[in-house]
Amino acid sequence: MPEQQTADDRTGPAQEVALFLRERREQIAQRWADAAVFRTVFTVSRDEAVEAGRAVVEALAAVAATGRVEDSEADGFTVVREQLARTVRSRTRAGASTGQISAETDALRRPVTELLLDELAEAPADHVGECTTALAVLMGTLRLVMLETSTVAGEELINRQRLELLEIATPVIKLWEGIVAVPLIGTLDSARSQVVMETLLDAVVEQHARLAILDITGVPTVDSLVAQHLMKTVAAARLMGAECIVSGIRPAIAQTIVHLGIDLSSVLTRASLADALAYALQQQGARIVPRAVAAAESR
Amino acid sequence: MSGAPTSPYEGHVPVLRLGGVLLVTLQGDLYDSAAEQLRQDIGRTVSDSAVGGVVIDLSGVEIVDSFMGRVLSDVAAMTRLLAAQTVVCGMRPAVAITLVELGLTLPGLRTALNAEEAMNLLGATVSALPRRGRREST
Repeated sequence: MPEQQTADDRTGPAQEVALFLRERREQIAQRWADAAVFRTVFTVSRDEAVEAGRAVVEALAAVAATGRVEDSEADGFTVVREQLARTVRSRTRAGASTGQISAETDALRRPVTELLLDELAEAPADHVGECTTALAVLMGTLRLVMLETSTVAGEELINRQRLELLEIATPVIKLWEGIVAVPLIGTLDSARSQVVMETLLDAVVEQHARLAILDITGVPTVDSLVAQHLMKTVAAARLMGAECIVSGIRPAIAQTIVHLGIDLSSVLTRASLADALAYALQQQGARIVPRAVAAAESR
Repeated sequence: MSGAPTSPYEGHVPVLRLGGVLLVTLQGDLYDSAAEQLRQDIGRTVSDSAVGGVVIDLSGVEIVDSFMGRVLSDVAAMTRLLAAQTVVCGMRPAVAITLVELGLTLPGLRTALNAEEAMNLLGATVSALPRRGRREST
C-alpha cells in the first residue's frame, strides 16, 4: 500500500495531497457546498455550508500531513467530529439511511479528485496515480468516520431509551393501606427485574406494605429465567416481612410453566389482579360488601 | 478483619426478655465470637425461662453476608427445637436482595416488617401455645 510506504517519507503523495488540499481549500469548499451532505444540513445560508466544508477540508489536510490517511482515529478528525456527528444526526432525522449517508459522503470525492487531476496535469503518470490513490484512501477514511459517528449516535439513542424504559415501566401502585402492586409490562430481563425488585422493596418499607402484588398480565412470555427473577423478588419481599402474590397468569403461561417444570409452589398465585386484591384485602381483615347487603346486615 | 473487636465483650449482642418474647437487636457487623455468644444466649434463655418467641430486629444491619444468613437460620432451627418461634423483622431492601442473590431465601424463617408487627405475629401464636411460662404469668 503506497500510503504506508510514504508514512515516513516527508514528501510522499500524502503530504502532497495535504499541500494540495490547503491550497485549493476555498475551491473545494465551494464545490462541496453544493453536495447533498452539506447543502441539506446547512440550510440557513450557502456561506454556512462553505464554512463547514472548509473545516472538513482543513481536517483532511491535517490528517494527510501526518501521513495517516487510512487511520480513522487520526487526531486531525477530532476537530470536525462534532460537526460530522451533527451532520449525520440531521441527515438521519431527515430519514436518510446509513447507506444513503455513505453514498452522499462518497459523492464528495469526485470534485476533489477532478481538482487534483487538474493540479497534476503536468506530472508523470505514476506520480498522479499515487496521489489520487492517497486522496481516495483519505476520502474513504472520512466516510468511515461519518459512519462511525452515525453508529455511535444510534447506540446512544438506544441506551437512553432503554434507561427511560426502565424508569417508566416499573411503577409501584398503592392499592390499599398496606397493599402495593407492580404491574409488569414487557419482557423481564435481569436488569429490569433488578429495578422491579429494588423499587418494590423500597415501596414495601416506605408504605409499610404487608402485601405486594406482582401482576404479570403484561409480560408476553414466561421462561425459566423470568420465573427465577419472579421467585427472587418474592423471596426478597418475604425476607422483609411482606407477602407477595403473583397475579395475571394467563392459561397459556400457566401451561408453559408446567411444561418447563418450574416449581412455583413457594409462590402465592392468583389468576387476575382482582383475585389477588380480594385475597390481600381479606388478609388485611377488610371485607368488601355491596351496599344493599351491608344495609340489610346492619338492620 | 481490620475492624475486629479487641475485647471479647465488644460487639456483644444484648438479648432482652419482654414477657414471653425475646428481643434481639443486631447492629452493624456480627463477628464470629459475638454470633457464637448470641446463639448460646438465645438457646439458654429460651430453654430456661420458657420463652414462646424470639424477635430478631435487623433494622440496624446494612451489610450482610452468607455467615449472617447461616446464623439466622441456625437460631431459627434451634428455637424451633425448643418449641419457640423466631421472627426476623426490619430487614432492609439491600440486605434482602443480597441474601436472595446469595441463594439464602431462609425458607423456615418467619418475617415481619417491623418489631411491632413481629410482636403481633408472635402474640397471636404464642398465646395459643400451651406453654409453661405463659400459664404461670397469667
